Order: sequence, then structure tokens, then C-alpha cells
Amino acid sequence: MFLWRIMKDDRGGQILLALLAASIVLVPILNGLPSDSALHLPTYTVTLIGKYLTLALLAVAVDLVWGYLGILTLGHGAFFALGGYAMGMYLMRQIGDRGVYGNPELPDFMVFLNWQELPWFWQGFDQFWFAAIMVMLVPGALAFVFGALAFRSRVSGVYLSIITQALTFALMLAFYRNEMGFGGNNGLTDFKDLLGFSLQSNSTRIGLFIASALALAFGYLLCRYLMQSRLGRVCVAVRDAESRARFMGYRVENVKLWIFTISAMIAGVAGALYVPQVGIINPNEFSPLNSIEVVVWVAVGGRATLYGAVVGALVINYAKSYFTAELPDVWLFALGGLFVLVTLLLPRGITGLLRSKEAV
Amino acid sequence: MSLQSTVAEVLDREHVFSFMTPQSTAKLNVDKNVLLYLEGISVSFDGFKAINDLNLYINDGELRCIIGPNGAGKTTMMDIITGKTRPDTGAAWFGQTINLLDMDEPAIAQAGIGRKFQKPTVFEFLTVFENLELAMAGDRAVLKILGARINGEQRDRLDEVLELIGLKELPHMRAGSLSHGQKQWLEIGMLLMQQPRLLLVDEPVAGMTHQEMDRTAELLTSLAGKHSVVVVEHDMDFVRSLAGKDRTVTVLHQGSVLAEGRMEQVQNNRKVVEVYLGE
Amino acid sequence: MTIRTFGGFCLLCLLFLLVPLRASAAGDEAVYNEAAKLLTSRSFDEKEQAIRLLADNNHPQTKQLMTLLMESRLYFNKKDDGLYQIDDYETDKPAISLLNNEPVAIEKKRDFKKITLNNQLRSLVRQIQAEIGLKSPDLSRRLAAVREMLGSMDEDALALIRKAYAKEDSATVREVMQIAIAIGELPAADEARARDAVATLAGSLEPDARNALTQFAGSTDNAALKAAAEKALAEIEQRARFYGGVETLYFGLSLGSVLVLAGIGLAITFGVMGVINMAHGELIMLGAYTTYVIQQLMPNHIGLSLIVAIPCAFLVSALVGIAIERGVIRFLYGRPLETLLATFGISLVLQQAVRTIFSPLNRSVATPEWMSGLIEINPVLSLTTSRLYIIAFCLLVFFALLLVLKRTSLGLQVRAVSQNRAMARAMGVRSEWVDALTFGLGSGVAGVAGVALSQLTNVGPNLGQSYIIDSFMVVVFGGVGNLWGTLVAGLSLGVANKVLEPWAGAVLAKILVLVFIILFIQKRPRGLFPQRGRAAEG
Repeated sequence: MFLWRIMKDDRGGQILLALLAASIVLVPILNGLPSDSALHLPTYTVTLIGKYLTLALLAVAVDLVWGYLGILTLGHGAFFALGGYAMGMYLMRQIGDRGVYGNPELPDFMVFLNWQELPWFWQGFDQFWFAAIMVMLVPGALAFVFGALAFRSRVSGVYLSIITQALTFALMLAFYRNEMGFGGNNGLTDFKDLLGFSLQSNSTRIGLFIASALALAFGYLLCRYLMQSRLGRVCVAVRDAESRARFMGYRVENVKLWIFTISAMIAGVAGALYVPQVGIINPNEFSPLNSIEVVVWVAVGGRATLYGAVVGALVINYAKSYFTAELPDVWLFALGGLFVLVTLLLPRGITGLLRSKEAV
Repeated sequence: MSLQSTVAEVLDREHVFSFMTPQSTAKLNVDKNVLLYLEGISVSFDGFKAINDLNLYINDGELRCIIGPNGAGKTTMMDIITGKTRPDTGAAWFGQTINLLDMDEPAIAQAGIGRKFQKPTVFEFLTVFENLELAMAGDRAVLKILGARINGEQRDRLDEVLELIGLKELPHMRAGSLSHGQKQWLEIGMLLMQQPRLLLVDEPVAGMTHQEMDRTAELLTSLAGKHSVVVVEHDMDFVRSLAGKDRTVTVLHQGSVLAEGRMEQVQNNRKVVEVYLGE
Repeated sequence: MTIRTFGGFCLLCLLFLLVPLRASAAGDEAVYNEAAKLLTSRSFDEKEQAIRLLADNNHPQTKQLMTLLMESRLYFNKKDDGLYQIDDYETDKPAISLLNNEPVAIEKKRDFKKITLNNQLRSLVRQIQAEIGLKSPDLSRRLAAVREMLGSMDEDALALIRKAYAKEDSATVREVMQIAIAIGELPAADEARARDAVATLAGSLEPDARNALTQFAGSTDNAALKAAAEKALAEIEQRARFYGGVETLYFGLSLGSVLVLAGIGLAITFGVMGVINMAHGELIMLGAYTTYVIQQLMPNHIGLSLIVAIPCAFLVSALVGIAIERGVIRFLYGRPLETLLATFGISLVLQQAVRTIFSPLNRSVATPEWMSGLIEINPVLSLTTSRLYIIAFCLLVFFALLLVLKRTSLGLQVRAVSQNRAMARAMGVRSEWVDALTFGLGSGVAGVAGVALSQLTNVGPNLGQSYIIDSFMVVVFGGVGNLWGTLVAGLSLGVANKVLEPWAGAVLAKILVLVFIILFIQKRPRGLFPQRGRAAEG
């Protein structure tokens, strides 16, 4: 069977998918238990885990291009944020006349800026299907254009890393501008409902959790499918000896372009699921620090193992939540130290410690 | 290409982007029995002439040895043939119809020119089997390789090559764990899988034992006929055994052909002796 | 000369100075008393009398009084009818008596009353101020006075200037006076004189001259004169645009100098050694904080502290840099992507360390006096001194660095190691030692850049972050491994930024420059001035 074929050599992935399936069944049940029960799972926690899962999906997307293709992207946060903005725009339009200014057509911040009509790029975002397409299309298109330019002129290595960082930095500056029409500094927030379901309600939050878990599972399977095919082996070949692959007749730039674009689209989906769960999207999501943090999740989890990326994202984000609440001053020290320790001492990440000599 | 023309190309609705179209190659034509033409090629790096008005013809099915002292331009010549370096002037044709200077590395490789590097480069994280699989001739388009599976015929061919390069016992070994000599063999195996019309082999026997050298010589000779083989080598014993009595040997010096002919002729050429032994 | 005789000499001088003052002092006192009495009156006529009285008698305090009047800081005490200067009209604040310069605390606000002016009086006062200015022995005062009058040329002012023009002997002042006369004459002159006036004004960049011409061109009926005026206007416009361009260039160069300063350390660590140091921005930040600390240590010598800070910042950043190289980077040579991640981690640690030690808030570093101010080239172009210092400093650092790399044995070893490590080692160069020193040099230069930046922006934990991307852009744009490329790239990016700014806005200009570089790198991955040759081709 198809699933069996692509998952048979992937022990970590099997466990991950099993856990995701289990959580989809168990989380609603545990959440439904009376709140004094020891096993009760508060909705707050459900949303928190849902958020982690979307970040894990982003980590998988980064692992696809960094782990397998060797492109150290420092700008994947941009694709994540673009997906998030597309979803945020839909949620803004859903507010309708329930905003502070009660304008049925324009979001509050536009009324505040004295705009008279909806900018053209906001058209269509009142339809969910349109927004859903844009969630993948916009990051995909940006990645495609950027990648087509960069890979064809053979920009690689640190140069590519630096221009991906410049890309997300430029986008951050752009989105901070009010004139861009994306809410400037404050971004998009005060969402009310999604597809007619209130974002505050328990059931919607459970639904979003399940959607995140499914998205992670599907994203994982997609990446796994790509990477266990011959295309995946070409990717590894490109990563390790790019010019050799070229002399063998492989169009390295096309391989990179496709994988990079797919990865950007996955990141976009992750962003779209992230936004309704945290309730806000602002230009800070574009900040270079965010993108580079994702790389550390992957490094900590273990490059070129997709489940490692998931593990890394979950572990570090849990640690981040813990530290920023309990010891806010220590967090950046810890994160910074982690960067150094992982690169110096744990080149294969924590899953590399558990793994024996296993094929990549 | 200038920025302007790039933008124009991206905006052009009538055509698919050039980087997305498979580079269609004209059919190889060797009517005149000559496979590779290099004519009047010059290339310089910062004023240093690496190749200076080089003329070289390789016949179809020929085994040609190229020797020359360090800096004679052997590697640069290979770079030009495989598309890595663009010459300043000159022409390079593959058969009668294919202009190599219009093509990039993958296109040239797909047209049928395979290259083995001086330093063995194999994909270290992939297994021996996977290395050979990737080298296997076939469609290289992204969607095609995504769905590609190995069929029975290809499987037989893989086994055959594994046998030939002496790695039959180790198909699932990581290429990175092979010894230096084994990597050389694996790379030769990858060239064979590619089934090129022209093989460019850069110092194939570096780091090999004498037995292995003999086997390599045997293998390369056996390839000649079906393929054209160009061997660049320093090791004179190896060249002598490869060239035998009637094969052509070319001597490069300072970026152009110093002498060409059978091994004995070349060895007795005064200019060649001067270059090799010093004035 | 002994101290005693010197003292005697001074006393003698003082006496000579005092004698003539004494003679008129009695008269001045009377005038002052009379004027003070008149000023406290409610009637504006009497106030006018008082002002004229002071001016006609050349009373030494006239200038001070006029200024206070114009700025509404002149009050009189209802109890003793004396005149006071009050800067802050609140209880317990000081009121300074103009009679003897003694400050008195304001007990009750209602004891003091402000001496007010009407519009007519205001123009009178202005005229008197101008008159005093025109008579001033100080050249720049006179110049300022004429300039001041340009905007309000009327009959009286015209007469005043004509009178002063005859006595004036400074060519610069005469030039401005001619313009003032032309402005004054223009509206009412006959054709020939108007033509002369237009010709005079055409050569001036004073905004008032332009206004006068615009007004004249709009109101005159004479077509020929109108054309001449319009032509003159166009000429002025063009010159103003030219100087505007020069100013933009200047701003651009100073911004570019900052970029070069920030990037040049990176040009060494990244360009020469091939090490990606994401903590470079934080090394700049450390330099800025060093400046701050040194200024705290010597608060009374701001200028000196800045000069002391330069070597200190160099040392601090260089030592931290060497620690980073020895502790982390040397284990990662040949793995640029890992180096990038590890040094990024270090940058986070350094940021947080600064936040913990100092505070998350921005600190401001004082600017010494000799660095603030303007150099006025002409009415539309004046250059800020601090920017001039930055440009000069940048060039100084650049050439010093060039000298170090080209002329010292360290420079030779650095270049040797960067070109062929194995060979350099074989020749007896201790490559590890060279690595550490090179990295220290690049880091130290970053620290020096921090000193310069502390004069331009606030010093805070995020200072470095905001420069790191720019620095990389400069180095990559200029061509890796090429100091000259860094200089040209930095300056041209700075200028490009400032040229784009007026019509795109600061943020958009920055975005455009970033996008341009992204596209540029795609086109020429090796930058403006690539290193060429076989080694670079590989």
C-alpha cells in the first residue's frame, strides 16, 4: 500500500503519526471530561498544543529545504507569515460590521486611516475558499519567483542564507507601513469567527487543534513521500555534491525551485492555522529572528530527519513557553547557548543521539 | 542576461520560462566520424592564458590519451567541454549538430558527455546502489524522477555494473565509507550507468594499486568502440599500456597542442622531451 | 614680567577702558530711568517714545531691552517700577533686575506685569534691532542682521541699508546688502533699475530673494521684465536644485560612511577569513556601550571620553571577538552554515547579557560640542559638523585598516593564510594565531564603528541587530575579500538610500535598496569587484 511503502523505513515517523492519530481521538475526549477530573485537558492547553503543531509543520518545511537540500533558509518565517496574513485577512472580513466602527465592508484600521474603499488585494478574502487558495498561492508564488532568480544564477551557501534573511527583513519593514494596507504595526487582530463558528468557543478550538494535527500529518506524509522517492535522493545528492549532480545531467535549479516552493506552501499552511489559534498576526512574525529560530528547532531535533524537526519544534517551544513565563531573562541565554551547543556538540540533533546507524 | 530581459521573459505570456523548458537537444550526428570538435579555443583568467588557441578532434569510438605537465590546461579543457567554463573565443561542437557553447552542464551531460573528476566525487550520504541509480540514464525532469521506479531491465544493468566495479557485495554501504580506490571505481561505475557517448576521465588511476590499474586499463579499452573515451593522465606507464601501439596520444603544453601522434612518435618528439625534461 | 607688574598693567588698562564709559554713564542712567518710566505706561505712544529714546541715545542696554521686549520676557515691578527679566513667570522663580543684574525671587506673581507691544511697536523694535545689528563691529552679526531684514524690506529698512551700505567695507556683507536693496527697490523701481535688481537677485540663493522675484513676476505688467524675472527664477531654481543634490549627496555619504564603518570589520572576518559572524552587530553594540561606560566614568570631559573610547572599544570588541573565535568558530572552519548558526546564538547571548547588565532601555551618549553645529556654505546648503566627522572618521579607519593589511607583517600573514592556508603553514606561518588575530582585528574595528554609532543613535541592546543585515549587504555588494569594494558599496548604498528617500519615504527606500541588492546578487553573485582567477572559479 502507498502509506506502507513510504513509511516503512521511518520508525520515528510511524510513532509520530500514531501519536497524532491518538491525539485527534483523545484530546476531544479529555477536553470533554468534567473540569475537576484529574485527566481534564483545559481548552487553553489544547490551543497551546495546536499552536505547537503548526510550528512543528513549519519546522518540517524548513527541514525539507535545509536538511535534504542543503539550503539554509533564514527567511521561511516570511512564508509562514504570508500564509498567516492571508488567513488573517479572511478573519478580518468575517468581522463584518461587528468592528468598533461598525463598517460592514472595511476593517477597523482602514476606517481609522480614513480609507474609503477596500484595496484591490483585499477583494475576495470574504470567501473562505479564496483565502484558502491564497494561503498556499502567495507564499508559493513568492518562493517561486525568488527561487527562480536565485537558483538559476546559482546563488548558494551563505549568500543565499543572507538574501533570504534580507527578503524577510524587507517584508517586515514593508508590512510595518500603514500604507501597505495590512494594519501596519498592530497587524490584524480582534477576530470573531471562522466559517461561522466563534473562535472563542470550545468546539472551534478543538476543531482547529484537529485541523493542525491533520495538517501536520499530511505535511509530514507529503515530505516523506517526496524524500523517499528518487527525487529525494537527488536532493541529497545536490546537497552533498551539487556540481557532480549537474554533470550527471540533473537540473539542480529546477529541483531546488520545486522543493523550495513546496516547502514555502507548507509553511504558508502552517501560518494560516497558527493565526486563528493565537488570535493575531503582525509584522513581527517576519522578523529575521523568528526564521532563524526555526532553523534551530530543526538543528536541535536533527537535520534530515523529518520527525526530528517535529521533535525539535515541540521541545524548544515548550521550553520557550516555560522560560518566558518563569524566567524571562534566561530564555535568550538558553536559546543562544543552544545554538552554540547544538552546532558544536550535537550535529545530528537529539534524535541523532537516539538513532543508531540508520540510513538517511 | 540582463535584468531587463529577465523581467521581459517572466512577463511574456506566450512562452514557458526558459528555465522550465527541457533543453531539447538536436540529434547527435557523427557522419564525418568525428565526435568532438574543439576549434581555436582560448580562455584566460586575469590575463593568464589557460587555454591558447586549442584545436582538438576526437573520433567516434576512439580512445585518446592526453598528457601534459601541470598547468598545461587539461582540466580547463574538460571544464570547457562540460560547460563549466565558457571560453573567450573558439567553437566546441559535439558531432555535427550540437553546439556545446550554447548549453549548460546538465544539458551537455544529457546530450551524452560524462565526466569523471580528478578527485573522486560520489554522493557520500547515499548508498552505492543509490549512487548508481541516480547516474542511470533516463529522464531527469523533476516530475519524472519523483515517480521513477526501477524496472527489471534497469535492475539487471545495475547488478551488471556492480559486478564490473567489484562492489557487488556492498550495494547498501554508504558511499562515504568506501576506500579511496573503491570510490574511484564507483565513480567509473556511475559513468557507465550514464551511458555517455563521450567519456572524459581525469586521472582515473590516482590512488589505485597496480592490479587495479591494469583492470582500469582493461575496462577503458573495452569501452572504446562503443563510446569515445578521453583519458587525462600523469602516470606514463598507465598511458603507455593504454595507448598501446596504434592509439593517438596528445600532448598539451601551455594551453595548446604541442604534439599529437602515436606513443613512440610523441616520446621521441624533441619539443616534448624538452618540456618534460626541462631545457 | 612679574605677577605684580602684570597686575598693575591690567589695572591700568582697565582704568583707560573705564574712563570714557564713566563720562557717558551719568547720561545713560538718566535715559534709562526716563525710558523705564515711559515703558511702564499703559499707552503705546509712551512706550514708543521710550524705545526711540533708548535708540537715539545709543544706550548700551538697548539691544538687551529690545530682545527682551520682542521675546515677551520684559516685566516691571509694580512696587518699585523697576524693569526685570523673567524667563519663567511662576512664584519662587527668579526675576533679574536690569538695573544691577541681581536676581530676586518672585514672591507674588501679581507684583510683576509684562510689558506688551502692539504690531506697530514690534516692527519698530525690529527695525531698531536691525539698526543695532548693522552697526555691530562683528562681521557675522552684521551679516545676520542684513539677512534678518531680507524678509521684511520696506521703505525704512531700505533707507537703513542704503545708509549702512555706504559705510560697509566687508565684501560679503555688501553682497547681501545689494540683494536687500534689490528686494526693496524691485516693487517700485523704473524699468532700468528693476532690470538691475532682477539681475542682482538672479545671482542669489536667499529664499527671500526668490520670494521677491516670484511676487514681482506675478505682479509686474511689463512683459520683458516679467520674462527676465521668470528666467532669473528658473536659474535660481536650478542652482537650488544643484545644492539640494549636493546636500543629498552629503547625507548619502555620511549614511554610507556609517554603513562602511559597520561593514568593514565584517569585510575582514567574512571577506578575508570567510567566516560568517552573525554576532558582528553585537560587537558594534559592545563598542557603543564601551563609549557609554567611559563617558559615565569621566562625565566632565565628554570630548576626551570619546577619544579615549576609541582604543577602549577596539580592545573590548577585539577581546570578545578573539574569545568567540577561540571558543567556537575555530571548531567550525569549513562549515559556514554551522558557523552562521553558532555565531547567531552568540549574538543572542551578548544581547541578553547587555540587557541584564545595563538595562533593556536605550542609553544616550552625549555629543561633544565640537561635533555639533553647522557649517553654512550658502543659504540653501549647510553641512552638519557631526556628519563631517563621521565621514572623516570612516575614511581614517578605512585607510588605517588598508595600511595594516598591506604594510604590516600581520597583514601579509593574513593575506597568505586567506589565499592558501596549507601553503602558509608550510612556510611557517602560525595559521591559528593569525586566525585569532584577524578575527580580533575585524571585531575591534566593529567596536570602533560602535563608538561612531553611539554619536548618531541611542545605544541599546538592539543596536547591533539593526546593522547586521546592512553590513552583510555592503560586504556582499562590494565583493567579498575586497576592502575597496566595501568602501564603494557602502558609500553608493548610502547615497542611493538618500536619493530614493524624498520620493519613496525612508522605509520604502530601504526596502527598495534591499530588493535591489537581492536582485543584484542574483546577477553578480561575487559582488561589484569580484576576486577573479582560477581559485575563485571553483
